[in-house]
Amino acid sequence: SHANFQCNKVICWRATASIAWAVLLLPPTTAVFVILSRFSIFHPMQWLSECLSLLLSINAIFSLILLSGVIIMVGFLNLEYYTVIPTIACSKIALLGQLLHPRQFFSSLVHGVMGMVVGWCCAVTVGGRYETLGYSCQQSDDGGPSQMCLNEYHLFLLLSGVFMGFSHSLLGVIHNMNYVPFHTIQQYKYLRFKESIPLVVKCSASQALYSMRNFIVLYFFLGHIPKGWICQTLQLEVDRSAHALDTVGGLLDLSLLYHTWISGTFLLFTWYTTLQLFRIFVTEVSFPVQSSFTDNAHQCLAKVIAEKQPIILKFLALQDLALLSQHSPLRRAEVFSLSQPGGHPHNWIAVSKECLSLLSDLTQRLVTYHDTVATNGRAKSLSTGSERKNSCLGVCPLHHRRRLLQPLTAPFTPDLDSPFSSPALRRLTAPVEQCSPWHGTVQSPHIARRGHKLWSTSAGEQQIESTAPLAPRMTSFFVFNVQLPEASSQALFADSQAHIWALEGLSYLVQASFTEDQFGVVQTTLPSILSSMLVLQEAVDRHFKLPHASSKPVRCSSTMGDCSYKTLRFALRAALKTALYRITTTFGEHLNAVQLSSEHRKKLQHFLEYKE
Amino acid sequence: MCSLALFPPPLPSGNTTLCESNNELLSGLNGEDTFQDSCHLNLYFPRDSLKLHSRPESSSKAAFLDHSETLWMRSASAWRDGGITGLLNEITNSDTEGEQRRKLKSLDMRKLHSSEDMIAEFSQVLNWPDCVVRAFAWHPHTDKFAVALLDDSIKIYNPKSATTPTLKHRLQRNVAALQWKPLCASGLAVACQSCILVWHVDPCSLSTRPSSGCAQVLSHPGHSPVTSISWSPSGSLLVSASPMDTAMMVWDVAAENCVPLQRVGGGGVTLLSWSPDGSHVLASTPSALFRVWETRMWTCERWPCIKGRCQSGCWSPDGSRLLFSVQGESVIYALTFTATPGFSSVSGPQAASVVADLSETTFNAQNGDIVVGGEIQNLAWDPKGERLAVLLKGDPHAADRPPMIAVFRTRTSPIFELLPCGFVQGESGDEPRLIQFHPNFQQGALLTVCWSSGKISHVPFYFLSARVPHFGFNGSPLPRPQERFNDFANQSLYTEMLS
Repeated sequence: SHANFQCNKVICWRATASIAWAVLLLPPTTAVFVILSRFSIFHPMQWLSECLSLLLSINAIFSLILLSGVIIMVGFLNLEYYTVIPTIACSKIALLGQLLHPRQFFSSLVHGVMGMVVGWCCAVTVGGRYETLGYSCQQSDDGGPSQMCLNEYHLFLLLSGVFMGFSHSLLGVIHNMNYVPFHTIQQYKYLRFKESIPLVVKCSASQALYSMRNFIVLYFFLGHIPKGWICQTLQLEVDRSAHALDTVGGLLDLSLLYHTWISGTFLLFTWYTTLQLFRIFVTEVSFPVQSSFTDNAHQCLAKVIAEKQPIILKFLALQDLALLSQHSPLRRAEVFSLSQPGGHPHNWIAVSKECLSLLSDLTQRLVTYHDTVATNGRAKSLSTGSERKNSCLGVCPLHHRRRLLQPLTAPFTPDLDSPFSSPALRRLTAPVEQCSPWHGTVQSPHIARRGHKLWSTSAGEQQIESTAPLAPRMTSFFVFNVQLPEASSQALFADSQAHIWALEGLSYLVQASFTEDQFGVVQTTLPSILSSMLVLQEAVDRHFKLPHASSKPVRCSSTMGDCSYKTLRFALRAALKTALYRITTTFGEHLNAVQLSSEHRKKLQHFLEYKE
Repeated sequence: MCSLALFPPPLPSGNTTLCESNNELLSGLNGEDTFQDSCHLNLYFPRDSLKLHSRPESSSKAAFLDHSETLWMRSASAWRDGGITGLLNEITNSDTEGEQRRKLKSLDMRKLHSSEDMIAEFSQVLNWPDCVVRAFAWHPHTDKFAVALLDDSIKIYNPKSATTPTLKHRLQRNVAALQWKPLCASGLAVACQSCILVWHVDPCSLSTRPSSGCAQVLSHPGHSPVTSISWSPSGSLLVSASPMDTAMMVWDVAAENCVPLQRVGGGGVTLLSWSPDGSHVLASTPSALFRVWETRMWTCERWPCIKGRCQSGCWSPDGSRLLFSVQGESVIYALTFTATPGFSSVSGPQAASVVADLSETTFNAQNGDIVVGGEIQNLAWDPKGERLAVLLKGDPHAADRPPMIAVFRTRTSPIFELLPCGFVQGESGDEPRLIQFHPNFQQGALLTVCWSSGKISHVPFYFLSARVPHFGFNGSPLPRPQERFNDFANQSLYTEMLS
């Protein structure tokens, strides 16, 4: 529709701006790379003058143009593959399925090619022995006709570029690097970017080191294959007088290692910068969602918040709601206002309805999950149910999103024919429509139970230690099918950032309504807000009693992949309690006048007495 | 401008301030508990009752530690378990101690001392290393409070509950500050030497020793010792500061991730204070510079001081006014922030104004003169914004210049003004160390004072709030009808005294 097109345009513009900045940052980055790559401590003047002349040469400009093309391509892939709801693989086989998904494979391939282009630029820029792929050499000792020989150093840099690009893409899947996290606090884009630079430098340097190590091992064993192939296709000779690089002696060349590492760092730095800029630009909030009474009515908060696609806009709208409810009295007044004519609180109704439906969705999801675990029985190992269930609830939003963002690639999405796709994936593709959390319908326990039988292989995984007898057909699965701990809980709360904002927004608005709501529009919904929060509270409490649910994830080291999604369930629990306390603290004893069931009243009393 | 010369003279030795009633500070003789608020516990922690600096874990560990390991291995494990002290003990006790290791020891000893000294230097508590009660925190909504003691344990007192949970943790060393999480019944943040601990103490639990599993550990490399923490009034974020780290951390506690906020200049952050309306954060540095951050977009204003660093600061309840004191000066400054309606941005003032002069003043008492005044250790403003307590440092080397608590009345209209109220004194020989107001005392303000002897006492100030009670954000629930009635009953007396 028109509205969606408008909104998508906003996201596209932001992505374009971020790519433009990344391209603008390329010349200084390249200059630093040149200076570092030609580093020589004994001839500082010569070193600097060489760098300067190189930077102004036609070669450098051509390289820059190529690199800009690479950045644009990488930025485009970022836009195409980003997600606000992380994909959580519940088992190793699911992860493998993700890695070998055609869509992902395409991305890896493109990254590999891009890596080669960057590797070529690096080789040309570093110059010296790396500069060209072929050089003239004399094969025979008697001074026969000179031939073209393969320059293995050049090839080494090219291949390392391919490897870095490819592994960057694969690691991106493992670390959920396409997940766009929303910042804890609001900051200006420039400051955010400035503060993230040290992290980007650190990550790219260390990642380049690891990738280089892996590449060297790979090249040591398999280096002769690409070398032979290149020689054959380009009809180059192997210079027998030169040292071969796929030997121990050849690889122990410090200058070669340094140049490979610095090229890899340069490659990753430019790509990480592009990614970081994209994240910063796309999560920016200063977005006119509340411009009601104008032609842009489709952009006003109440409309956008109820939209289902694209999901990032819904997230932005919810974040904006949380912020306005906290910081901006004027915009709050607009939410509490009545329509003219008619006197209906349309804004408040739309906002509260959407937030409440989000909360009840989550409650439903938790209850269904818990029921499934309960009906499966204790003897059958709790994780079985969790495994099966989460593969529905956790992966669904992702597939759903993919479908929304990428209607053209829909044929790719259910990769049922892939031999690596897990049974879970296969099974879930059927109810993919129903179990999206955004539709509010939850897969019925009946289907779930049926699914459980299909997925009975996983019943074995908890019994590894007890060495239970296993059916032979299971054993093949065994290696990969070890469940990643607490992944099911993570998957269940994968999109909970939206719920956190809904809770914050609602509770701040209710708090503000105590003094600011002139027409009492909030009063009418207060009972349903309180009861839905209390029901959710009960469901969350119950969920945290399950095994694995309350175990803390491993503190993630500083990587570019943000892992804040792993702790979302804790954040949701805290936000929910705070929201309830915010309301009870503001209204105090007045809450006794609100119509609630006796059970809820009892729970509320606990909050009033600060005993929760 | 108010000065100490306008104050009523200090009480003669042996008299204790009991309360303020009818606009007058009442006193009583020592040991005479004529006035005792039953619902607030007066506590006494005798110094001898604490097992000081005994580290049972590490001392007993030595017996179980395999001594056939190399010294470095043992040192590493001692370091892991016992921190620097553990490491030093391990090295001292090792037989193969050589000259080199002695050097290492002295080196680390200096570092250890500097870490403790640093907390002492920047703490809001007077003479922190010697204090029995090192930190104190009222719960923002209930009548319970937490006390951090010299032996690194924390006790939680609740007048409505018989159990007194004691919190101990391996990493809970040199507690510099405590604060309860707002809008939460159980969260307690503790600023420790190496990290921040966030305890979750179930108010309904009967356990007296919650396990260390109830504590979340928040640490960031380079961010230690933590000298100050502050929760956002909305309860969602926690900021922490270390004098060794130029960045201040904004923590999302539940998710355990942090955002470092860094600015050039100052060299570390020593004191943090979040304004009650949540719009600003005061961050002072070890140098003559402090910053005021606005919390919408997290930008900051720089405020260079002339003489020294900002020692203490406190916010008015509506967050519009900041009072602060500067090291080396004996005046209270005020900054006023005016919010532009409709915009979240807040325009700051151009310069700070002096609102009170606390330079040394001599009072004649029966047994010799007493000099009161000088540098300010801590400022505390009651949540209604009517009383301001000032902890004056005094001079530890001069007997006639004891530390003193001066209490002001504050008035906002027609102009902002501080009016003298009086001095709060304890039993003879007791020096005040730490002051804090109760966050929601219905009948006025309740000042809690921790004394050098280990006593904690509460001094109520009964008054009728001049302002319309504000029930906006973070406001307490409406007062109950009978309390309001009581207030009105007091009113006639109040006006009599005013005339």
